[in-house]
Amino acid sequence: MTPEEEAEYRRRQKSRNLVLGGLLLFFVVLFYAITIVRMGD
Amino acid sequence: MNATTATRMPADWRDFFALTKPGVMRLVIFTGLCGLLAAPGHIHPVIGFTAILCIALGAGGSAVLNQWWEAEIDAGMKRTANRPLPAGRMHPVDARDFGIALSVASVALMGVAVGWLAASILAVAIVYYAVVYTMWLKPRTPQNIVIGGGAGAFPPMIGWVAVTGDITAMPLLLFAIIFFWTPPHFWALALFVKSDYAKVGIPMMPVVAGERATRRQILAYSILLVPIAGAPWFIGGTGALYGVTALALSLAFLALSVPVAFREAGEGDAMKPEKRLFAYSILYLFALFAALVVDALARQQGWFA
Repeated sequence: MTPEEEAEYRRRQKSRNLVLGGLLLFFVVLFYAITIVRMGD
Repeated sequence: MNATTATRMPADWRDFFALTKPGVMRLVIFTGLCGLLAAPGHIHPVIGFTAILCIALGAGGSAVLNQWWEAEIDAGMKRTANRPLPAGRMHPVDARDFGIALSVASVALMGVAVGWLAASILAVAIVYYAVVYTMWLKPRTPQNIVIGGGAGAFPPMIGWVAVTGDITAMPLLLFAIIFFWTPPHFWALALFVKSDYAKVGIPMMPVVAGERATRRQILAYSILLVPIAGAPWFIGGTGALYGVTALALSLAFLALSVPVAFREAGEGDAMKPEKRLFAYSILYLFALFAALVVDALARQQGWFA
């Protein structure tokens, strides 16, 4: 890998991790909300 | 960048997103939401949101599987050659796993959070689109659009069942409306967009059966659409607000499809009637489902019976 490819590799990895982290956080909040709502049923 | 480095490189997350066909998703979310809002009964906003999210995830998952299966076909057509898979920006195995993960997650979440009947219909819809349509029938029959339209017809039905928990005539009618709307909608487009489906061996109606047959079939479906769109009112599932709107919209649809049915396009034809019908068909679906929701809300608020 050339240094440019290396940098692109890191950039993609980083943005993918950020998106995945955001999605995980979203689902944590969603599952919490679903649990609270369904406990009230 | 050559092909080997492209496959070693982790795919950009935007390519994963593009693989879910966000453009198609808009119509799926809209019709699913309308089914959910028009259904009688109450659903907690969090559960309702989850139901729509699951419909969108399932639609995304089956779109990914569709493109994974059709990567070679897409590579041969100008319109689709730059999609992530044919362009080599993503490894096919990654796409396949992503599609399966989305599909399984959407059904599981729907089952746990909303209900297993809605989850079962969602599972049927995904398998129907990704397997029955994409893998089996699309490359084999010129009726492929009729069959593919069935997949697009599921969202409002799932949204409805998410609220009521049972299948009645109304969600089935919502399914039927989109089912009969899709062929004239798509064939109008196919008549004026010269696509290269023939080159890659997909038997699209105008290519296989000819323009004349396609035009006649557009008319046949438009005629059927009038009683089907009106049926929710006839059986007493909606009020007159929806009924009158649906009949007016459908008769206009029919009026626009008549000139399309009885003409022949010459060389260098501007295809005005076909373009008008296609543009109207999109407006038609949005207006029809909006009317369904407004009608349901109006009756719930007791504005009129």
